Amino acid sequence: MRQRDRGKQSKEYPRLTHPLVRDEKGGPLRRATWEEALEKATEGFRRIKAEHGPDAFGMFSCARATNEMNYVAQKFTRVIMGTHNVDSCNRTCHAPSVAGLSAAFGSGGGTSSYEEVEATDLIVMWGSNARFAHPIFFQHVLRGIRNGARMYAVDPRRTSTAEWAESWLGLNVGTDIPLAHAIGREIIHAGLANHAFIERATSGFEDYKAEVEPWTLSAAEKVTGVPAEAIRDLAHAYATAERAQLCWTLGITEHHNGTDNVRALINLSLLTGHVGRYGAGLQPLRGQNNVQGGGDMGAIPDRLPGFQNVLDPETREKFEAAWGVTLEPRHGRNLTAMFEAMESRELRTVYCIGENPAQSEADTGQAVERMQMLEHLVVQDIFLTKTAELADVVLPATAAWCETDGTTTNSERRVQRVRKAVNPPGEAREDIDIICDIAARLGHEWKFADSEAVWDELRSVSPNHYGMTYDRLTEHQGIQWPCPSTEKLEPTYMHGRLWETDPDKRGMPAPFGIVKHDPPVDLTDEEYPLRLTTGRRLDSYNTGVQSGSYASPLRRGEYVELCPEDAELYGVSPDEEVRVTSRRGSVVAPVWIDPGLRPGLAFMTMHFPDEVDTNQLTIESNCPIAGTAEFKASAIRIEKLPVAAAVRS
Amino acid sequence: MTAVPLDPPRRLVEFTLDGEPARVAEGATILDACRAAGKDIPTLCQGETLEPKNACRACVVEVEGARTLAPACSRKAEPGMTVSTDTERARHSRKIVLELLASATDLSTTPRAAEWIKEYGAKPDRFGADAATMNEQPKIDNDLYVRDYDKCILCYKCVDACGEQWQNSFAISVAGRGFDARISTEHDAPLTDSACVYCGNCIEVCPTGALSFKSEFDMREAGTWDEDRQTETTTVCAYCGVGCNLTLHVQDNEIVKVSSPLDNPVTHGNLCIKGRFGYQHVGGGNTAGA
Repeated sequence: MRQRDRGKQSKEYPRLTHPLVRDEKGGPLRRATWEEALEKATEGFRRIKAEHGPDAFGMFSCARATNEMNYVAQKFTRVIMGTHNVDSCNRTCHAPSVAGLSAAFGSGGGTSSYEEVEATDLIVMWGSNARFAHPIFFQHVLRGIRNGARMYAVDPRRTSTAEWAESWLGLNVGTDIPLAHAIGREIIHAGLANHAFIERATSGFEDYKAEVEPWTLSAAEKVTGVPAEAIRDLAHAYATAERAQLCWTLGITEHHNGTDNVRALINLSLLTGHVGRYGAGLQPLRGQNNVQGGGDMGAIPDRLPGFQNVLDPETREKFEAAWGVTLEPRHGRNLTAMFEAMESRELRTVYCIGENPAQSEADTGQAVERMQMLEHLVVQDIFLTKTAELADVVLPATAAWCETDGTTTNSERRVQRVRKAVNPPGEAREDIDIICDIAARLGHEWKFADSEAVWDELRSVSPNHYGMTYDRLTEHQGIQWPCPSTEKLEPTYMHGRLWETDPDKRGMPAPFGIVKHDPPVDLTDEEYPLRLTTGRRLDSYNTGVQSGSYASPLRRGEYVELCPEDAELYGVSPDEEVRVTSRRGSVVAPVWIDPGLRPGLAFMTMHFPDEVDTNQLTIESNCPIAGTAEFKASAIRIEKLPVAAAVRS
Repeated sequence: MTAVPLDPPRRLVEFTLDGEPARVAEGATILDACRAAGKDIPTLCQGETLEPKNACRACVVEVEGARTLAPACSRKAEPGMTVSTDTERARHSRKIVLELLASATDLSTTPRAAEWIKEYGAKPDRFGADAATMNEQPKIDNDLYVRDYDKCILCYKCVDACGEQWQNSFAISVAGRGFDARISTEHDAPLTDSACVYCGNCIEVCPTGALSFKSEFDMREAGTWDEDRQTETTTVCAYCGVGCNLTLHVQDNEIVKVSSPLDNPVTHGNLCIKGRFGYQHVGGGNTAGA
């Protein structure tokens, strides 16, 4: 597979340098002054709140911007607009990890640190092609392997991550729960469960044991396609390792039952005691630079800053006193629910900061239609994205990571300083500055001298961040939360409390998640016989807006990737353009042959939506708990093009 | 049963360095001790994030009782040893090393090389003008990297960074033996037909500028590369959630190079293609109109 088409470049997006407004629906965007654009943005928010109430407003905050910006954005939503309708694209990726981990342990972060992967005995990479999607994390994995750890890869595709594995478990898409349950059952039946830990630190073991009982190795082999012996081998390796790390990515979460998948994996750590110790833990690998931080800052509809529960009266009281407002004792709408509320006209205005839902949501056709129903859409971004093209007001912002100061939080809960290195182009302004300007026009004069002032306000309301002054963040090259003290640092791993002998110190036991197998919603049949799954490549990123601009020698544009057997079955050859059709849409893409795929399994990325809009194929079928869509499993068919029409549509 | 033992706490080692008492943690090298004591020992093949290769011999010191000079970068400090860094013998050896390297290779972009040559009184031209071993044009076969092997001193750092010490891509290795030895891709193919994933971690460790980013190479060619006018600001990468620290080298408000702090707990100085090169979307040159 060495022939690479070096001519393939994705569409280049130019930077926005001045505000744009649209005078009437359907009219063109035209250049405007900041004064005019901000006044128009403010007027819409003010009018719609007066006419339709606070909940007609929604904020799409940015998982790519700083913690400080996310704090200000959620404060704007809650204090000025008076609603909890704030969310970000965490909904499209790792919300199930946060939901699952907080249900089990009361905290939504990964439990270990990267360095612990180097000091563990066993690494399970489940639904994660970290070699491509998280290359520098994978260097820690490779160090671990070089140090003597064994690695197992669980993935429908034999990925470049799987190439490093001792054993690759190539399961059928959407059968993670049967596989996890079979591993759990085998551990119990082989007498390898850590009963001392289970008794002291968990609850619900008997129910779990009953739930997994039907999943014998052979039953699981039938459903997952993984040989019974391979399942048994992983079960025994995991249970007998002194320390084990269980890592996952979107292969677990981007399903209609993503939170259940996460719970099924957490169960294995509870069964064996592989959590709460150095080198033993759970690591969801987050997909965006600050998707962890956005949630930590309260830019989600059910949590206040510091990941504190909106429904807890004492927490609300604290924030009401700090902010001088009354907070509604209920959850707001998440991103998915906000899109549904656009259709029912309950949501009438959106302030969208640095997000591109017109291309990143599953079933993009529907997402665009819904956004067009909004009365007032304000988009703040560094590019004129497809979403910005729908807006009434477009505000040019700065690239958070190099044009502003602040912090972001990574997958191991490490809060790190972001620093301004270059000046933004044209009239572009910093996100916080723009939000505060609109806030002032709505009657709230917020005086933040700089990002550190925002951070210090956050520290005053979030005990988990209290100890992280900017000076300390610089001194330690980032600090992991929780960090309640300005004097000391906590261990690199979380939930050590579960190992305390004193029940008071041990706190709430971690409940087993009683979850059931539920196959993908989009069933394969005679008409749509292929299972399509999606993912990332090494050199590209998400909708390609950001990664399309550099001359990567690896970039080869979008393909529909098939195994050699399927290519032969459908009579298609490499580079031949074919029609790919799901129950929702149809695209034309060239064929790529990947021997790492299995018969019946096809793969595409979402990096080149301007050439091939893969998300026209994916299904908007959402996890009821976390709202994440089932990007990983759609049913498709491929067809040869009529000879005359064999050109790119 | 554990396959991977955790490190026990380390003790301190005491020895004599240039007549003064020195104390370093067990496992530390003589070079570590020299740097801690503020001594300036020349190094080329030594890398903070790599295991010592002992290839260049620029850092040799005299250990009392030893027959040969010892490379400070790899020789571990031992209790009670007596080390001298500035003896006539050590200085003479460093001088010869610099003369051999500077006569065979182009050290014009090697940081501090000119300073050391002066300090040690090295005379590389005494071997004549035909001592250069390569005499070839820089290899430019893609838009991100340039390989200029006239500048290569065969220290193997790039091979180690690409191979099992960090990247595990194994795109490059040493080909040929003796005077024909050189760093090469498989079958000397262009980089675009190799296993290269363009992480740039080989460039990060290259001590001479034999490997360079195309952006830097082009600016040097045009005479616009000016490190005195550059600022270095460390921030966090804007791609995935791993949180790699990036040091942005900025000249005239343009990012001209990206590196990562060698002591950073997330990256250990390594990056991937996106973090290393994916900054061009920021550039203001290409801007939207209405």
